[in-house]
Parts: sequence; C-alpha cells; structure tokens
Amino acid sequence: MSSDQNILVKLKDAGFKINDKWLVKGVSLQVEKGKIVTLIGPNGSGKSTTAKIALGIYKKIDGSVEKNTDKIGYVPQKISIDWTLPLRVYDFMLLTENLDEETINNALSLTGVTHLKNKNLGDLSGGEFQRVLLARAISKKPELLVLDEPVQGVDFTGEIALYELIKKISDELNCGILLISHDLHTVMSATDHVVCLNGHVCCSGSPIDVAKNNEYKALFGEQASQILSRYEHRHDHVHTSEGEIKKN
Amino acid sequence: MFDDFFIRALVAGLGVAIVTGPLGCFVIWRRLSYFGDTLSHSALLGVTLAYSMEFNIALSVFIISSLIALTLIHLQKRTNLPGDALLGLLAHSSLAVGLVVIGFLTFIRFDIMGLLFGDILAVTAKDIFIIWVGGALILLVLKLIWKSLFASTVNYELAEAEGLNPDRAKAIFTILMAGIIAISIKMVGLLLITGMLIIPAAMARNISDSPQKMVVYSIIGGLLSVILGLFSSLEFNTSSGPSIIAAALFLFILSLFNIKQSIKLKN
Repeated sequence: MSSDQNILVKLKDAGFKINDKWLVKGVSLQVEKGKIVTLIGPNGSGKSTTAKIALGIYKKIDGSVEKNTDKIGYVPQKISIDWTLPLRVYDFMLLTENLDEETINNALSLTGVTHLKNKNLGDLSGGEFQRVLLARAISKKPELLVLDEPVQGVDFTGEIALYELIKKISDELNCGILLISHDLHTVMSATDHVVCLNGHVCCSGSPIDVAKNNEYKALFGEQASQILSRYEHRHDHVHTSEGEIKKN
Repeated sequence: MFDDFFIRALVAGLGVAIVTGPLGCFVIWRRLSYFGDTLSHSALLGVTLAYSMEFNIALSVFIISSLIALTLIHLQKRTNLPGDALLGLLAHSSLAVGLVVIGFLTFIRFDIMGLLFGDILAVTAKDIFIIWVGGALILLVLKLIWKSLFASTVNYELAEAEGLNPDRAKAIFTILMAGIIAISIKMVGLLLITGMLIIPAAMARNISDSPQKMVVYSIIGGLLSVILGLFSSLEFNTSSGPSIIAAALFLFILSLFNIKQSIKLKN
C-alpha cells in the first residue's frame, strides 16, 4: 500500500499551455519509492511535457506539483549540446554533482561504456551518448529518476539490457522512476503503473488493466493489447540471434 | 628600469587578464560576445555620467552596464524582437546617448581615444586596487555559481531538473560581466573589452580538450597578451588596448597550428 511518505512526486490535475494551446491538461499521477510509472501515448500527446512539469522545468502550470525530493536524475529526450564546449564523458558525469572516481566508473560500467570515459562527448554515436546520459543520471544515486525515451538509438540487445538495468536500479536504490517510452513491449513488462496520455490522461492503471482498456485499444490498435499476453510467454526463453529458442 | 606608470599598467593588466580568462570561456560557451559588446558600449554612458557627477568611474560603469543588462532581460521577455536586434538597439542607443552627453559636458576635456582604446598612462594606484579587489570578488562569485552556470551552459533543462537553479546563475553572471567591463575599461578601452574576453578564450579552445584546461589556457593566454601587448605599446608608442588585443590575436593564430595537427592525427 502507498503511504504518503513514499510519494516522491505528485501531480494533481496538472496542465501546461504555450500561447493558449494546451500541450497537456488535467494530468494526475504520483511516483513512489521503488515504483516504476510509465507514460505512454502517441507523438505530441504530452509525455515529455508531463515529465517537465513533474521536474519543475515548466513553472507556469495549471494544477499543482508536489515534489518531496531534491535528489533527481534526469535523462532528457532531446539534448542539444553546443560543441564549442570541450567536454569529455568524464566532465559530463560531474555536471550536476561531484562524484568520486569509483562511482563514475561503476555507473559507466553498468551501462557498458567504461571505455568511453575520456572521449569527447561530441565524438559519441547516438546510442553511446544515450548510455552515457543514463549512466550520469544513475551515478548520483537519485531518489527519483525521470527517463524520457532513455534507450532511443540503442541497439536491440542493448535496449533490453538497459531496461533490465533500469528495473534493477529501481529495486536496488529503492528509487521511483518516471519512464517515458513508446515501446509498449518493454513498458508493459517492468512497469508498476501505466499512464496513457493523449493530451489528457486517456486511461491509467496496472499494465493489464490498461491493455484491456478500450481507449487504449483505440489509440494503439487492437494488436497493442495483445502485446501483454505475448510478453507473458516470453518469461521462460530467449531468442538467440540465430533464430533458435533457448530455455532460461 | 621601467617607469612607474608602466609597472602600474602591467600590474593592472595582469589583474584584468586573470578575470577575463574564465569569464571569456563562458562568453564563448554561452555565445555572449554581442552581449559583451552591448555592455561595453553602454559603458561610455557610465563614464560620462561619472565625469559629470564626479563619481567613481568603475562604479558608475558597473551600475549603468548592470541596468542595461537587466533592461535587456526585461525586453527579451516583453517584446517579440529577436535577441540580436535588442542587443544592437541597446548597444547603439546607449553609445549615442553617451556621446550626446559628452557634447553637453563642454567644460570637461575628454580623452576620447583613451576611453575607446585604453590608456596605460592613466592607470593609477587606485585603479589597481579596484581591479584586484573587484577581480577577486568576481572570481569568488564565479566559483560559487560555477557548477550551476556550467551545467546550465551544457543543458538548461538538466540543470533546472536537477535543482541547480540556472536562472539565478544566469542573472548573477550578467552582473559579473558588467563588473569585468567596469574594471577593465581603463586598460583596454570600451571598444576592445569584448576582444579581451573572447580572443584568449578562443585561443584556449583550440588547444584544450576539457573545460578546466580551457579556463587555465585562457588565463595564461590573457596574461601573455598583456605582457606582450604592453611591452610593444611602450616600444612602438601605440595605444595599450589595441596592442594587447593584437598580441592576443597573434597567440590565437599560433594556436591554429595545433588544430591542424590534431585534425591530421585524426585522419
């Protein structure tokens, strides 16, 4: 059961508009310690906006945000870094908090990019950069992690490994995670609570409840609701790259 | 061996270079070179007001430049004009108003050249005091806001999300810019202050692979430019400001050879 002390961030009927156009409206959700809340929805449905409201990046909002932690790790969806800055991965890891060498190495090895430590940030590929972003966000042992499409550009096997890592971090650090993903497949597997957005909250609940919801089906198509059942069969085996099926 | 005025100029110049080094890096990283220009143009108004009211020049320039900076931030929020247009508007109108005020002050003889390009002969012991104390203050504040300012320079939203208050850092940095212009105006002159901020930092960018290195090289580059510039100013009887900036340019050109080498190595 959820008690109030466990709530890290709570949005109540929150909305944000630019030039009289609502990007998102009437969102209520809460992230608790050790829980993963996932936002899904089509492009332009207000997922990133909701995350930015929760983070306090957007300040002139409707409704209310209640944040009970300062230890936050954020992986933004888009990050434009100006390359007039000479910045190595190592410098980037120290961006918002001073960490010791060992902590940095641990975080980089968790996301599999230790070898990039002294490389210039501008020389990384999209997937490599994404792994560095994730390493930076988890290295400071946050209480709340906000991950906006954290595995974009990462190769398929890496994607699964990173989602498993995210789940592991949530358990180990007992931190709350607000995850944004359009990848229904993975979302439905590791999430405690799903919020389906389309400018407003379409439906929300446990993954199973949401998959059965008619509005969800209307938004993502009939097939999407079968992802869950398909996923549940996957627990006991893996598909190797040769196409074989191996039992765990 | 050297005249007193030369020693004074050297001590003052070195003090300025230590402060312009790190600030210049942020000017480059945050793309603020036109902002620096605007503030230094407005400094003329500060100088004329100081003369007309018999007020301390550095303090007067600092106040006027800060006001212009705050006006800019206000206008950016209130109008639909692009940033560069607002910068140009403020730069030229404050320069014009400054010149008009000079026209009215017929009872004071202005050394316009000295004002625009710096005048080492004019550096007094009091100026040195202002430069070193003011400079130390600027560096201290910069150190305090460093983390927040740097993080928001890399990415505003990351800094905001992780609780580093980038808006406050930006406002404080703006004040620091006004401060450096106020203390360096006598040395470099108001037309060339931005050069003192940008050129050593640009030189440093060419030879560094981390932000810390860039700051250190930028300071070293500034110090060398002051030494080289002042000696040649003495030797060839040229204005101190242009001589220092020309020396900085010389160092920048040297640093370009380093880039060529590293590009070759990559290929």
